[in-house]
Amino acid sequence: MSVPPAALAELTATDPSGVAEALDLITGVDGALEHGLGRPDPAHARALADLAGAMSATPLGAVVGEAVETIASGSIADTQTAALAGGRGALVGAVHDALLAALDGATGRARDEAPAPQEPAADGAADERFGGVRSWLTELAINGWRGVDGELASGADQAIETLLADPALRRPAVLLDGLAAELRACAPTATMEGLPTRRWADLWARALVLTQRGALPGPGATAEPVTGRLLPLGVDVHEHATAVQAQVHAVLEPADGGPARLVRTAVSAAKVDVIVGPAVWGLLADHPVLLGALAEQCSLEVADMPLTAGGDLLWDDALAGKGEPADPFVTARVALPAAVAPAVPPLERHPTRIAEPVLLEGYKKAETPRGPAFDLGDTVLPVATDRLPACGPLTDKLVASSSACIGLMRWDAGGWSVQPLAVQAKVKRVLTGVHTGDWALGPTDPKVAKAEARYDALGVLRERAGRLLRR
Amino acid sequence: MESEGVDVGGTSVVGVVPPARPRKLAKVPFVELADGRLQGVVSSGSDIARVYVSSITAGSHALSCGTNNNRPCGGQQGTFLCKHLRALVAEAVTQFGLRRVADYLRVSVDGEADADALVAALTPGVEPSPPAGVVFSRFLRYLTYLELPGTTAPLPEMHWFPARGVSR
Repeated sequence: MSVPPAALAELTATDPSGVAEALDLITGVDGALEHGLGRPDPAHARALADLAGAMSATPLGAVVGEAVETIASGSIADTQTAALAGGRGALVGAVHDALLAALDGATGRARDEAPAPQEPAADGAADERFGGVRSWLTELAINGWRGVDGELASGADQAIETLLADPALRRPAVLLDGLAAELRACAPTATMEGLPTRRWADLWARALVLTQRGALPGPGATAEPVTGRLLPLGVDVHEHATAVQAQVHAVLEPADGGPARLVRTAVSAAKVDVIVGPAVWGLLADHPVLLGALAEQCSLEVADMPLTAGGDLLWDDALAGKGEPADPFVTARVALPAAVAPAVPPLERHPTRIAEPVLLEGYKKAETPRGPAFDLGDTVLPVATDRLPACGPLTDKLVASSSACIGLMRWDAGGWSVQPLAVQAKVKRVLTGVHTGDWALGPTDPKVAKAEARYDALGVLRERAGRLLRR
Repeated sequence: MESEGVDVGGTSVVGVVPPARPRKLAKVPFVELADGRLQGVVSSGSDIARVYVSSITAGSHALSCGTNNNRPCGGQQGTFLCKHLRALVAEAVTQFGLRRVADYLRVSVDGEADADALVAALTPGVEPSPPAGVVFSRFLRYLTYLELPGTTAPLPEMHWFPARGVSR
């Protein structure tokens, strides 16, 4: 069953109450970060004071209030930037909650109640490996996004390298590596046009929060083993110069007869900038069962695989087996509407994290000033064709000629859009499903396969590494 | 920056660094725009175990080419670009696009130019060249990314970095 256009029309027509006001406060904080906390001026001091005011009735009120006063007096250290990042994060999180609730209302999706927050381990010492990056993040805030030169941009390279070496710290490490690469590419930023103020503030704030004591779940974090049938809906691919992640959205039907659940499962790898397009699948080849199910549109049988409260299935190929063929469009029509969605983990709450699978049908292609869109009759929904990954066969042409689409609902810059994961479109007059994961075992298009074989980026670099890296 | 009709400053997900374009790596396994230089590593045509470390400094266009053991390249003399440096420029243009390379080196070329035109527009100066060891160790660091083990714990912050770049 696809999402009713009237419900989408209502969703896209109005923001939930309070969202505009919260975003105004965030914009104010972001302006101060662009300008630099080390050079206070009245307008930006007021923006920070407004944040403190908005936080005053919350558990963060005292901490944020104190930090804003200290910043105004001109002394800024890691304590103050952490409090500022926490306050901004709470506001952004509230915007996320309101948007997701509105989306759940429109799609009729049932969602788990958030579990009571866990107390951070009282005796855990701060991880000293984070010290270097925290100071760097503070230094960035003092200088502001307009004050980044090559030296500052590269200031945490060694600290980030240390974090990358420990797989348990991969989450902050890939975030910091991505931010640092953007700053390096843009430095010096003083005269840069189109400064990504919101984006860098998002990444900065999240990095500060993740590098605080107790922020990252430890190895014993709560995850329940689950057994059952996993029906993939599609794969969302994320990539920056040095990391790639394939995140599968799927419906899990537990073997014990419990309600079907909407889950995500992700596999990721470190990479280098020149490995792009279909070659990224080669980096994920340690997960042949998962990639095989994507490429061949099959279900998966999982046995005792850990599932977190946040709906992340911690993938392990050894606990999975290939099941029967399963068309994702059938899954989206039949199983998705009844699947129960998980609560979003507290430190992931941000509108950018909203990626809710939906099935859309009965639309016409349309154009808006911001790009292509689906005209659903009651509303015109922008299509994020700029998020079609180069590693798969899905193109904007196929999307434009499609009659049905499995996509992820996204929210950014004040509006909703849909990011296609799969479409049904006529290919040589036959209605065909085309999916972002079709090439997970290698390109099925002979022309693309031939080009990939010629590049063989991974092969060449591994040969060079074998010869040149001292072991 | 992709900014058509969008307020970049108010957007969380916007492409800041254009993705690299695929290229054949056998001749020039590594090229980067960093530390104020176009720099990289060029495989020797004759000895599979030998590589040349080559660089062109932004602005001054000072040239440097030698083996990773600090032996100078016989082909590179004064302001003349050896075949390693020419290969470096050509591969950089393929990977990053002509505009980014020209802007980084501060070379003015028109939009229709190719890698040869870019080489012709260089005005090589005479400056001490960077130690080959610095560039070579950056290449080794680059290679270590491919040695890092993968993970299956979710990386939610990667939602800020969607894969993009369909251009078929």
